[in-house]
Amino acid sequence: MIKVENLSKKFDGKFAVEQINFEVAAGETLVLLGTSGCGKTTTLRMINRLIEPDFGEVYIDGKNVGRQQPELLRRHMGYVLQNHGLFPHYTVLENMSVVPKLLKWDKEKIRERSMELLDKLKLDSVLGKQYPSALSGGQQQRVGLARALMADPPILLMDEPFGALDNITRADIRREFTELDELVKKTIILVTHDIQEAFEMGDKICLMDQGKVMQYGTPEELLFKPQSTFVASFLKEHKLLLELKSLKMGEHTAWELLEQLEPGKLKEILLTSEG
Amino acid sequence: MEESQSLAQFMVQQSGKLMSQTLTHISLTLLSMVFAIAIAVPLGIWIARSRKFSGPVLGFAGILQTIPSIALLGIMIPFLGIGPKPAILALFLYALLPVIRNTYTGITGVDPVIVDAAKGMGMSKWQILIKVELPLAFPVLMAGIRTATVINVGVATLAAYIAAGGLGEFIFGGIALNNSNMILAGAIPAALLAVILDFLLSRVQKLSLKRVRVAYLLLPFLFILFCSFYFLPSKIGGRMLAGFTPEFMGRQDGYLGLKEVYKLQMETVVVSDAVKYKAAYEGKLDVIDGYSTDGRLKAFDLITLEDDQHIFPPYYAAPVVRQDVLKKYPELEMVLNKLSGLLNDEEMTGLNYNVDKLKQSPEKVASDFLSEHHLLQSALPGGKGLIRIGSKVFGEQYILAQMYKLLIRGYSHLDVETKTGLGGTQICFDALKNDQIDLYPEYTGTGLLVILHPSPSVLNGIPKDKDAVFGYVKKEFSRQFNLTWLKPIGFNNSYALMMRRKQAADLNIKSITDLVHYIKEN
Ligand SMILES: Nc1ncnc2c1ncn2[C@@H]1O[C@H](COP(=O)(O)OP(=O)(O)O)[C@@H](O)[C@H]1O
Ligand SMILES: [Mg+2]
Repeated sequence: MIKVENLSKKFDGKFAVEQINFEVAAGETLVLLGTSGCGKTTTLRMINRLIEPDFGEVYIDGKNVGRQQPELLRRHMGYVLQNHGLFPHYTVLENMSVVPKLLKWDKEKIRERSMELLDKLKLDSVLGKQYPSALSGGQQQRVGLARALMADPPILLMDEPFGALDNITRADIRREFTELDELVKKTIILVTHDIQEAFEMGDKICLMDQGKVMQYGTPEELLFKPQSTFVASFLKEHKLLLELKSLKMGEHTAWELLEQLEPGKLKEILLTSEG
Repeated sequence: MEESQSLAQFMVQQSGKLMSQTLTHISLTLLSMVFAIAIAVPLGIWIARSRKFSGPVLGFAGILQTIPSIALLGIMIPFLGIGPKPAILALFLYALLPVIRNTYTGITGVDPVIVDAAKGMGMSKWQILIKVELPLAFPVLMAGIRTATVINVGVATLAAYIAAGGLGEFIFGGIALNNSNMILAGAIPAALLAVILDFLLSRVQKLSLKRVRVAYLLLPFLFILFCSFYFLPSKIGGRMLAGFTPEFMGRQDGYLGLKEVYKLQMETVVVSDAVKYKAAYEGKLDVIDGYSTDGRLKAFDLITLEDDQHIFPPYYAAPVVRQDVLKKYPELEMVLNKLSGLLNDEEMTGLNYNVDKLKQSPEKVASDFLSEHHLLQSALPGGKGLIRIGSKVFGEQYILAQMYKLLIRGYSHLDVETKTGLGGTQICFDALKNDQIDLYPEYTGTGLLVILHPSPSVLNGIPKDKDAVFGYVKKEFSRQFNLTWLKPIGFNNSYALMMRRKQAADLNIKSITDLVHYIKEN
């Protein structure tokens, strides 16, 4: 579905992204993981051509995005930003109508779709008439996602979508998002620096450092077959937690089984031991 | 007495004029703003996109704003003539900076994350501008438009100087005629206009632009354009055009007398003294008022028309001195009188020409003249006391002030300080009365009509000859203000109508009566 080949970008003569390769199949979620400044955002923005690569290509369904008109390309890719990027002068509903209007949907269709998404994202329909500044951080982020989903784009690009939220809200909203039926069929590229988030949401993880891919594979591959000491040490702090969560024992993961024994206790122990 | 007339009475009496001046004023302001917005907003957007041009563009617009308004208006006369065109252009130039700057600040101040989101959703550059950047920059942009509008309501008063009309006609006419009702009748509506426009625009500033179509934005612009052209003084084609100063327009011994006594009926516009000679020379005006000894008469090859029915009173110049100073320094009178009877009209015109056109300094012209007449002596040691000489702001007064300075220094032990450039008659006279200066050269006609301001019945009783007027002002100044008129210098700088020498010759016009006949026949 999405194929990235030798993608590179220089800023001021220095590589921000260097020779990146990965492939995301339809319906899969790829997480771009790495510390701040390692080139995740730059990579993501080259996919919807907010940044033009210096070398390399991006293909979507076999078609080179470099040959398509950027505006048309972007209307079929949802884009969710860290600070939601909602238009302060538009109400929630108006924010949500932006892409459908660009696609010349009729009013009725826009209204129906808006109501459907507000409902799915557990947003009260009275919020539709509010301006973004009147909403809580969690609500703003939901609206940001709703806006990206309005036209039901096959691809969703998300840049640290939970980054601006406090820890508790972040965990809640992340869980809601993963359970959302709208997201199940989507091909998603998600940028994060949060290891737990990456392992929870990613079908594939692309671990980056200083513009290069350190390892690209499934969460299990990264965890159990690290290709370098960098990968191993990057995951070390969370290793036990992640292993428990990814170890399958029949229907459930080891984590889930242990959690059932004494809810909450295990997390507490692990978190204190991890420091 | 005119003084007893209240402001309200004046405004009611002049309501027709007031209305048309106000409408013209609004038109000048709004029309210039429409053009300014049409240019400055795109320019502001452009420099917000190409930041490297922001410095030069804002710098240039900034320089335009520092040009004094009158100078800017003067610069334009050779290209655009007089009338609304140059006035609107000048106002337009003044409005550029605030609008460009605020458009630029507004657009660059939009959160880049928001613009990024808009781009990411697939909006085109134009859509981002119209739907995101402009609506978000709108309050800041409007603040710039408000600033510019308020400035322009003020500057538009100066449009009266170049025959573009507006409330400046009352303001400057009132200042020139020392008529405070007239000043206020112009100033109060101008101030109200600024407040009202600012208020209306503050309302517009609160509007949300997000749903507004570009077409709707253009509508008010077109409306203003349409209305404004209607209210602006229209260009007069083919016929002869007269340009008179605000002062001349309001004076009995000026335009009012011309209408009454000569039955002159011609198209007139109001212009400033600073521009009328040039405008006449360039053929933008055919008849102007002026002073018969003005050096520009010679410089611009104009001739004066004979006042065959004697409506212009004599304007013989003489020094007016504080009586206490004359008593304290009795030698002063003898020194000042050395100049009396020495200069006729033509000579004075020549001296003025040297200053106004040849750009010689008044000091040099004064000392050359005195030395020619063997009156120049090197300064005696001073220390006896200080004499402060005032003058109004024009060449002739500067020259006379310098001559008096040289004479006092050469023939007495008094020190001299000159306070030149004291605005108009009223300012000079007040300075003299309030002991800020000791003497200044004044004209008999001005003393009579501007300062003494006698009622029409008294005025009619004074014969219009030189000696009668001089005798009257001398007596009244002494009685009312303790000021003394010394002997006249000789020349008569009276009002006169002027035309281009060639045109006057071609049309065979020598006197004001000839002019009136010519206009009637055509
Ligand atoms: N527009 C830009 N101009 C110059 N340098 C940039 C620009 N955008 C990103 N960079 C640099 O490129 C590197 C990668 O940035 P980014 O992709 O934003 O990292 P991440 O999203 O992983 O935190 C960083 O060193 C950053 O400073
Ligand atoms: Mg980033």
